[in-house]
Amino acid sequence: MVKITIKDLSFSYGSRKILEDLNVAVGDSEVLSLVGPNGSGKTTLIKCIDRILKPKGSILLNGGRDLQSLSRQEVAKYIGYVPQSTTGVLTTTVFDTILMGRKPHMGWRVADDDIDKVVEVMKLLHIEEFALKDFSELSGGQKQRVLIARALCQEPEVLLLDEPTSSLDLRHQLESLETIRSLVKRTKISAVMAIHDLNLAARYSDTLVMLKDGMVYSAGDPGELLTEENIRTIYGVEAVVMRELDRPYVVPIGSLNGCKACD
Amino acid sequence: MPPETAIDGSNLKLEYSRFVGRKLLFLLALVVATVLLAGVSATLGSADLTVAEAYSAVLARFFPNHFHSTWFTETIIWNLRLHRILMALVSGFGLAIAGTIMQGILKNPLASPFTLGIASAAGFGASLAIILGAGFAGGEYLIVGNAFVFALLASIAVYGLSKYRGISSATMILAGIAIMYLFSALTSFLQYVGESDQVHEVVFWMMGSLGRSSWEKVGLVAAVIALSAPYLLLRSWDINAMGAGDEAAKSLGVNVERTRVTSMMLASLITASVICFTGTIGFIGLVAPHITRMVVGGDHRFLLPASGVVGALLLLGADTAARTVFAPVILPVGIMTSFLGVPFFVYLFLKRRKEYW
Repeated sequence: MVKITIKDLSFSYGSRKILEDLNVAVGDSEVLSLVGPNGSGKTTLIKCIDRILKPKGSILLNGGRDLQSLSRQEVAKYIGYVPQSTTGVLTTTVFDTILMGRKPHMGWRVADDDIDKVVEVMKLLHIEEFALKDFSELSGGQKQRVLIARALCQEPEVLLLDEPTSSLDLRHQLESLETIRSLVKRTKISAVMAIHDLNLAARYSDTLVMLKDGMVYSAGDPGELLTEENIRTIYGVEAVVMRELDRPYVVPIGSLNGCKACD
Repeated sequence: MPPETAIDGSNLKLEYSRFVGRKLLFLLALVVATVLLAGVSATLGSADLTVAEAYSAVLARFFPNHFHSTWFTETIIWNLRLHRILMALVSGFGLAIAGTIMQGILKNPLASPFTLGIASAAGFGASLAIILGAGFAGGEYLIVGNAFVFALLASIAVYGLSKYRGISSATMILAGIAIMYLFSALTSFLQYVGESDQVHEVVFWMMGSLGRSSWEKVGLVAAVIALSAPYLLLRSWDINAMGAGDEAAKSLGVNVERTRVTSMMLASLITASVICFTGTIGFIGLVAPHITRMVVGGDHRFLLPASGVVGALLLLGADTAARTVFAPVILPVGIMTSFLGVPFFVYLFLKRRKEYW
């Protein structure tokens, strides 16, 4: 089953085209990773899907409804967004931060069910112990988990993640992606994430979408997509792809342009 | 934390409800403190009254069969002191919730009616009326009308300027600062050309005072607050979400631009309706939200009303002190708010180690 179908999606800032005629399909219980160099449109696509930015084209839900025609609140019930880092200067506790994820579902008053949902999600992500701590006091990895928890509280069908590993150390990178993957496999949620690390992307996703200059260069199984040729075309990087493990492993050798400063 | 005391589901729920209960308790304590201070404040002044006399004078109007008071006491309380006390309460409440909204919406700890140019525009409006006698309304309401209209003009200008560049907190603050400097310069110019007694009156107006209060003015300010505060309170969740960043708020279903504009306009309206009667009382709008945030945290469902009551309490305390410290000389309340509020604020600021902004 297809969860969302992105059809002919375009987006531009003024006259500068960022995304052009993108077509992507996200399946049920699927982890889809968007990869590509800086400026290729990964983050922009994530924000377009969540309607934080307003693109042209359509984003069809499984029922055939266009996300573009829904109100913000309805979109929030369908799609949960985990930002790269929170720019806000939060003065709230972890519990209240996660409770905000119930916003699309609740009125002014917090119902018992909302509280239960928060508790349930906190247990799922093992963050009960800092429930009443201040969000700003947490480490990068903990913040990440809290933001994932907030998005899960929305009870979304699709989880969007913008660079979920960017500010994390090695262990937390793995933990974060393992959490996302196991969530996706246990529930019917699908995850779409923008990610830089090709090896992590290959290891934790079912589908890889390679973006180049705002267009889909190719999409498919990570094992087939991660070839030395594709990496050369997209990144301008000479690399060796090792296939000894169950997933391909990319070892970059050098930039194709050479070291300009060295000449 | 040892494993056997680790928080499980029911525990966590209980703990959260205690956490919310503490905030409600704080709010209740504040309201009680305010009522008590109002009673004490009513006894202070050149005519000596006791707290009991003051309360029974108030209650005698509503329940004449149960409470008794003398004509003298009733006149002092009802015609001289009570409306001034209520003016302090509603003004403090209004300025504090306006400040809370501005700080929350703009995600900036320095946002207040001053930083957004509203106060300096009101000051200019008043100066224009005092020095040149020009204004939008005549007679008694010349100064008030001018201050009100210019305060609203300033907020519309801030909105217009930031709309042009895309409404974000940074554009609104920059536009506000530009407007503030413009009106300060215009006021300085008027003071430069004005007569010395007029300039004196302008300076006095800008210090802020509750001496010009009346029942009618209390009613007007209270009406504006009663009409706009419920909407702001209803928007609490949206404002909370915006604290996590515009994009996060949008993804949670908040119409960020609309919430920012309507809340800012209502906060400006409240500010304008207060300071046109009192003059520019600074500090309350900046500090009451901070003090309250340190105690109840950033959830606007509690922060907004609690901060309003803290503001009311601060302003009433400051005005009571201003009336009594150098009696019979009455100091401008604007001076007193800072004298009383700054040490308290610095104390809290140094004592709390947590990073609140």
